[in-house]
Amino acid sequence: MRYKSQKVAYWFFALSMLLIILQLTYGFIMAFAHMGYDGLHEIIPFNTAIAVHKNLLVVWILSGFMGAAYYIIPDEAETELCCPKLAYLQLIALAVVGVIAIVGFHFEWWEGRKFLEIPRELDYLVVVDVLLFLFIILATLWKGKKRTTTALVLSGGLVGAALLYLPGMIWFDNHAYDSFFRWWVVHLWVEGVWELIMGGILAYLLIRLTGVDREVIEKWLYVIVGLTFLSGILGTGHHYYYTGTPSYWLTIGGIFSALEPLAFLGMALFAMVMYRKGEKKHPNKLALMWTLGSAILAFVGAGMLGLAHTLPQVNLWTHGTLVTAMHGHMAFWGAYGMLVFAFITYVMPNLTGRKRYFTKTGEYAFWIANIGMILMTSAFAAAGVQQVALERIAGFDFMEVANELWYHFFVLIIAASIFSTGVLMFIWEFYKYGTPSDSALQAQEEFQPISE
Amino acid sequence: MLTKKQAMLFFMLGTFLFSIIFIGLTYDTVTRGIPKHTHEENMTDAVVRGRTLWDQHNCMGCHTIMGEGAYYAPELTKVYERRGPGYIKAVLMSKTPWAPRGRKMVAYGFSEEEADDLVAFLKWIGEADLNGFPPKPTFKPQSKD
Repeated sequence: MRYKSQKVAYWFFALSMLLIILQLTYGFIMAFAHMGYDGLHEIIPFNTAIAVHKNLLVVWILSGFMGAAYYIIPDEAETELCCPKLAYLQLIALAVVGVIAIVGFHFEWWEGRKFLEIPRELDYLVVVDVLLFLFIILATLWKGKKRTTTALVLSGGLVGAALLYLPGMIWFDNHAYDSFFRWWVVHLWVEGVWELIMGGILAYLLIRLTGVDREVIEKWLYVIVGLTFLSGILGTGHHYYYTGTPSYWLTIGGIFSALEPLAFLGMALFAMVMYRKGEKKHPNKLALMWTLGSAILAFVGAGMLGLAHTLPQVNLWTHGTLVTAMHGHMAFWGAYGMLVFAFITYVMPNLTGRKRYFTKTGEYAFWIANIGMILMTSAFAAAGVQQVALERIAGFDFMEVANELWYHFFVLIIAASIFSTGVLMFIWEFYKYGTPSDSALQAQEEFQPISE
Repeated sequence: MLTKKQAMLFFMLGTFLFSIIFIGLTYDTVTRGIPKHTHEENMTDAVVRGRTLWDQHNCMGCHTIMGEGAYYAPELTKVYERRGPGYIKAVLMSKTPWAPRGRKMVAYGFSEEEADDLVAFLKWIGEADLNGFPPKPTFKPQSKD
């Protein structure tokens, strides 16, 4: 840590950790309900649980991104964060809006729109909070000595994410319009501007962890974010196959979404090649594991598992089934969840001055969480394929099929328990680090020359 | 070999070009495509009220419509054709959780008017041209109902 104001990042990560625990809890509620045990139906019906589960995901990842930005931007711009007090205010506002939203969902205070359930009144507060966040980031960049590509790509992603939230706030009487513009937010976030944020964070981590020349890393960063938009913008079309839209989206969405894995393949190759090229070895091996793991699982989960059902000929049958849940879980975990974990792992020794670079618990957390997620994805895949075969192809009634699927959810619950164990171990490690300390300010990062 | 400047140009030009195409297609979809495909002329006040109720109660939190939503309860795009208005109204107006095969639906206990509005919404969406979704099962339905 070079600048005192970077400490604020820690509290965003702490918020992320708290929210993950809640997200996992609501995930279990849903998995049990799918299995037939819906004992909480009266207080937390399924539609409440899913709204909480999905919005917590979005909020904890955004909180992680914000924390990362508050750490990266001062480092890249070589200056203290502008107005650190405002950053703490922004954090508190984010937490308060989040809590109100989650509580509100239990009283049907929401909009029935997948991923964007936060009610309109709170949307305005979200906008104010994000504007405050962007003001702090951009003002820091403005007064800083340097404007690096990494900082610009990261900031560009953050500004884009804020702008793209707006189309989701328009009310349409026609349901098809609502669906159309909802994907402007959700798709152009996760397969567009969030990948810019991902690319920026990944580039920063690779510069620090591998010691490869910044110019090389940033050149490839441009290529990757270029590929992201080349495929991702028109790839939005894969949400417009069957939602009351013209049929040209079948062709356009099919072609461009088939190209989307290229961007994620680029990310994975980027990380692997830079790691191999590295002439220095950073002692924070766990951070490197999470970084490479994130790039690889993003390619598998977001890239390949997305490709598996993105072509219109396949999607006609799998659209609106558990196959989507299969892709969604690993995609979010690989691309965004693990990336936030990678950043936290990298940054904790720097923030606290405690060089706990490699612990057994930390290493097991990585493996257990990832094995758990791969098993969860497999359980969803089995359930999804069976659902498609019985309901869509053989023509059985929805609930007749749903009752046949219980054993996949039994497997899912076991897998999710493994995953949660890993995540809880990670959170335990986070807790063990303690809070940031000013004594970490003088500490230099240690690079070790490659000797193996 | 590619320079950093060329890489930046690739990013800028690609993003600009594909954004323009996307916005152009969006314009066509919004002005021409969706009104035609959803038969917007049939969208009565009752349909709009039904859609508002649909939104207020987060029906997509369990069901799917046009294949979008959660996968806990049946796809409802063609429910009007499949079940007819009487059955749907009975479900919507039920004061106890509807659970024909064990899985419970929230007992909304809608009024007659509200149920009519939701039925109008479901009928309207069932008539939309969704490019062949949901597909007809390959094999003959063997379901009891």
